Amino acid sequence: MISGHLLSAADLSKEQALNLLATAKELAQITDGPNKKLPTLRGKTIVNLFFEDSTRTRISFETAAKRLSADVINFSAKGSSVSKGESLKDTAQTLQAMGADAVVIRHGSSGAAKRLADTQWIQAAVINAGDGTHEHPTQALLDAFTIKQHLRPDSKDLSGIKVLIVGDILHSRVARSNILLLTKLGAEITLVAPPTLLPVGVSDWPVKVSYDFDSEISKCDVVMMLRIQLERMADSFFPSAQEYSRRYGLNSARLSKLAKNAIVMHPGPMNRGLEISAESADDLKSVIIDQVKNGVAVRMAVLYELLGGAPLGDSK
Amino acid sequence: MINIINAKLANGDVVDVQINGELITKVSPAAGTKIKEAIDATGKMLLPGLVDLHTHLREPGQEDAETVLTGSKSAAAGGFTAISSMANTNPVADTAGVVEQIYRLGKAAGLCDVNPIGAVTKGLDGEKLSEIGAMADSIAKVRIFSDDGKCVSDPLIMRRALEYVKTFNGIIAQHAQEPRLTVDAQMNEGSVSARIGLKGWPAIAEEAIIARDILLAEHVQSRLHICHVTTAGGVDLIRWAKARGIQVTAEVTPHHLLLTDDLVENYDPIYKVNPPLRTQKDVMALREGLAEGIIDIVATDHAPHPTEDKDCEWHSAAFGMVGLETALSVVVKTMIESKLMSWSDLVNRMSIKPAQIAGYQQQGQEIAANQPANLILIDPSATWQVNPKSLRSKSKNTPFGGMQLPTTVIDVFYNGKKVVANRELVDQE
Repeated sequence: MISGHLLSAADLSKEQALNLLATAKELAQITDGPNKKLPTLRGKTIVNLFFEDSTRTRISFETAAKRLSADVINFSAKGSSVSKGESLKDTAQTLQAMGADAVVIRHGSSGAAKRLADTQWIQAAVINAGDGTHEHPTQALLDAFTIKQHLRPDSKDLSGIKVLIVGDILHSRVARSNILLLTKLGAEITLVAPPTLLPVGVSDWPVKVSYDFDSEISKCDVVMMLRIQLERMADSFFPSAQEYSRRYGLNSARLSKLAKNAIVMHPGPMNRGLEISAESADDLKSVIIDQVKNGVAVRMAVLYELLGGAPLGDSK
Repeated sequence: MINIINAKLANGDVVDVQINGELITKVSPAAGTKIKEAIDATGKMLLPGLVDLHTHLREPGQEDAETVLTGSKSAAAGGFTAISSMANTNPVADTAGVVEQIYRLGKAAGLCDVNPIGAVTKGLDGEKLSEIGAMADSIAKVRIFSDDGKCVSDPLIMRRALEYVKTFNGIIAQHAQEPRLTVDAQMNEGSVSARIGLKGWPAIAEEAIIARDILLAEHVQSRLHICHVTTAGGVDLIRWAKARGIQVTAEVTPHHLLLTDDLVENYDPIYKVNPPLRTQKDVMALREGLAEGIIDIVATDHAPHPTEDKDCEWHSAAFGMVGLETALSVVVKTMIESKLMSWSDLVNRMSIKPAQIAGYQQQGQEIAANQPANLILIDPSATWQVNPKSLRSKSKNTPFGGMQLPTTVIDVFYNGKKVVANRELVDQE
């Protein structure tokens, strides 16, 4: 069981993470059946509090909550009281007054989820669905789930798996959460990025760093491509989209150098033709659609454990 | 007439002191005899009033955060008999009218000298010099000019400002922050910022401006003051400049002498400050630099903000911390308890030297007959716990809340008038 909040992948011990993955697997099997819905969180209210647009993550959480029979309220900042200048504190207190049991928060400010959890603004369980350039722990869980599913279905953890994470590490909450979680589960991580997109301080991370995608691509079991935001170009992080794509994109030539059983991942949404070519995204090695599917199962497991649903056996 | 007996001075002498009117009229070795109605200072220390060259008083324009009166109360309670108010008010203190208004409000408050600092550039826009001469000639007699909060980043404007103030022996106080290297910067760039995903404010952004400006000051033979130095590299640059004979002085804040960037890990905006908290290595270099005199003075950068500007997520929060009431205690904790400095050194860094830099002739003087009676009586052996709610400042954004700190300010004499008595402000009627 996990308790309290899920703010960072660092909050989870190895055992807790593996238990969550096991719970997710069990839930995935149940919801693969004809009746996708479980009554476990009936009567619970879950708020999706989204200050940034993110259709994918929001509907994933929404689906997860609904499959557990929770009531879901979607609160998006656009067109809401927030756009009228309401503070995070007042929004949180409003949700508290409405009896939210859990708040799934996506916010542009690093640490916003932690602030919600640490202050007395709201008593609900807080789940970080992406805070600024900090973390996105459920993405790391679904990535771990997907890697295990494809490469280590019968092992205890991810020992010995070699993961390449490629792209804008500096601004990536996906990378930060994955580094914390996957290394805890035994994976070895190499970051590949231009030096402009690696944080000062990366040398303290438990990872290898390379600037050369081609020299690393054949040595990995997993290649995880990160979304590159075009506005980074305006800030001179790289000279042009074409140059970025040539040096750090996953194209057919690089795809062909991947080991036989290696898999291709991407947290989405993809910029096809920029960090990943259409052929790579649609290749048999690509597990991107599985990531989306597993996202629902993993988020169900997180909600289930945080909100203390009835034991799984009762709902069958 | 006020008599203080058995007071220990910073140099260790124990004396009896007599104050008459605005002046100290007699200082003599403690006679050991009781004097009627005298303040018995046995076990206490008598120091010249502290002088702060870097205070944000927020008036005019942000009176919900602080006013000249509430800032003066905070200063007096912290043992300051002179403070200098930064120019980033609204309207900006870039005309004789605004600096005279602040000066008059300070006189009306009557708790300490309030010396306005003038803006270097009009509206702090970094583009055109403000009417520096008019502010210098005003009744406020402004001598320090600063765009603090913003850096005078244009090297040509900085050169002109340094040259222009030479006519009246003025000084430019630079907020050293290369703006292009610090766009949207939130905290020190390093290991912690990498991990917690906040945009970095690199040490180099401070050091690049310090390096440029000391060379400019050398070239035009003018006086430069570096506000709130925070990095080990900055200390090295200033050491180099002083060795070359460049007229540069520098300050460090109490919070940069004590706190480090790992405190930001919980994203509590109480630790959000500009320039940001740095690493332990920087803290140690700042302490050594201050002890050595490379960094000349301590200045608070007292930056009050109303509750809502800190009771929020990190990015929405304002930069800054209040510091007037904790400055002395933090310097005692970091510099005296660590045996890096003596009490005489502390008096030099917090009273004598800042008064000299600014040319405040009524301040930072020796405790001797015929000197202005700007004095504080402190209890060096007392400790106190910082309770933000008890601060006299209108704002409560102290990073030291809950901390146990050494040394309390018991009495404060401002021009011979008791403005703090037995740790409480004296009602001024």
